[in-house]
Amino acid sequence: MAMVPSIEAPPDQTQRRNRSLLGLLAPGVLWLLVFFVLPLLIVIVYSFATNGPTGKVIWSFNLDSYRLLLTKDLYYNAYIRSFVMGVETTLICALIGYPLALHMVMAPPARRTVLLFLILIPFWTNFLVRTYAWMLLLSNNGIINSVLVAVGIGKQMLFPSEGAVLVGLVYGSLPFMVLPLYASLSRFDFTLMEAGSDLGASIVQRFLRIMLPLTAPGLVAGSVLVFIPTVGQFVVSDLLGGAKVDMLGNLLQRLFTRSNPPNWPLGSALALVFMALLTIVVVLYFRSTTEEDR
Amino acid sequence: MIDTTRPLQPPTKQPLWGRRLLTMHAWSTYVFLYAPIVLLVVFSFTKDTFGVRWTGFTLDWYIKLFNDQRMMTATFNTLWVATISTILSTILGTLLALGMERYRFRGRDGLDALLYMPIVIPEIVMALALLAFFSFSFGIIQALTGVTLRMNIWTVIVSHVAFCISFVTVVVRASLKGFDVRLEEAAADLGADTRTIFWRITLPLILPGVIGGALLAFTLSLDDFIISFFTVGPGTNLLPIEVYGRVKRAITPSINAISTIMLAVSMLLVFLSQFMQRRADER
Repeated sequence: MAMVPSIEAPPDQTQRRNRSLLGLLAPGVLWLLVFFVLPLLIVIVYSFATNGPTGKVIWSFNLDSYRLLLTKDLYYNAYIRSFVMGVETTLICALIGYPLALHMVMAPPARRTVLLFLILIPFWTNFLVRTYAWMLLLSNNGIINSVLVAVGIGKQMLFPSEGAVLVGLVYGSLPFMVLPLYASLSRFDFTLMEAGSDLGASIVQRFLRIMLPLTAPGLVAGSVLVFIPTVGQFVVSDLLGGAKVDMLGNLLQRLFTRSNPPNWPLGSALALVFMALLTIVVVLYFRSTTEEDR
Repeated sequence: MIDTTRPLQPPTKQPLWGRRLLTMHAWSTYVFLYAPIVLLVVFSFTKDTFGVRWTGFTLDWYIKLFNDQRMMTATFNTLWVATISTILSTILGTLLALGMERYRFRGRDGLDALLYMPIVIPEIVMALALLAFFSFSFGIIQALTGVTLRMNIWTVIVSHVAFCISFVTVVVRASLKGFDVRLEEAAADLGADTRTIFWRITLPLILPGVIGGALLAFTLSLDDFIISFFTVGPGTNLLPIEVYGRVKRAITPSINAISTIMLAVSMLLVFLSQFMQRRADER
């Protein structure tokens, strides 16, 4: 990487500056190039390779894996299901998170610190532990079923099911939506709402025309933070959905680590198409929300 | 990262029913967030052998846990991975943050984008890419030198560092934003050399940010499941992977107990990080 100084400086000073800059950047950049960029490039190579009969990769290159993706319903369905679940989770998180963030911002300072802290704890807590907590709640002899029996509805098979997966996903991602919304709302000038009210706007109008557009950056950030990990996860769908709810993450996990035989070329193609679709969705989303701002 | 200052103007003209509704909503959301966790903790002390209902108090599951050799080895391995990857990623990330914030150079925007990539990329894609990378490069190494390398605890550490660097850089960069460069200039004018300036002036001032970044890296590494799952060889056991394997088989009070301990560690780390952030904000 060429280091060009932005300010005119004597040559020896420039040289020293470049050397110290190189010393600061080189180790980290090198690490990322070798252990992040290179692996992604290798995935591209794998996606064009051929899968041998025992799951050993053969280095003859073709488009077979991509062709397989397009022709098999299994993969098509996994994409659809993952993106639909991602959208559902993001929407539910936004609907729950926005009013919650609003409540937090409107609370007196001391209380606000506590409320924020209570969001941070699940934010930092292990995803696996939080998913497991729902397995406990929803299990056959769990609390929810005991309540259902007590009120006369009777025992229900609550998980594995798609509903359980959705609950688990919302539960896991909610803090990621609330925190950026909170940051956005705490910078919002509430006198604008009063001005709107003085000018005769109804509360719905004031929310839609003033508050929502001005806090859109928080909503966009929260949505991306919820959507991307949700679409790619496999732990929640595996634990709360059993084999019933196959998302992309589950397929990828099986293709790379479990299926007999594994199929890395296919898994690589699946992952790359997934990344491409994800990028398109996120870019379109960013574009549509920034246009609303104008 | 999170702004805890007061809103610009406390809202006054909100209708009362609206506020009540908001409060009710907030309470039920907090119940939704905490009920599962609280029950998990409670059921780690129950006598019930299925661990899903309350039948009396016991510490048996914790005692059992400490006598569980597999679980203890996994815990030790996880702590080792988290410690080493935190140290490495904190050093690399802090250096990167200093370089990015202090200098303007060609390719800075590109590097900025590269640094954000590991944060936004789906974790599973990074995980399978690392698996492909290790298998591919180990194959080449074997072909060239005849040395057979296998994935083990070190491949996990290397991978954790790769995704933690970005997070550390973000946190340290934030703490460098309000840094008064004149302090360093003054030290230089007084005759301090570069090394002295770094250790005596720069580092102490950005230390809360560096510790904040390190705590984040530690938490991320400790909690990571997906990348560990893909990059750990068959011979090594890590805590989240062990827990996952057991959870898939059955719900047991022992898992409640280990989950409760993991929860307690997370809470401790939040306390520490908030404390460090307070100190950084006060300056």
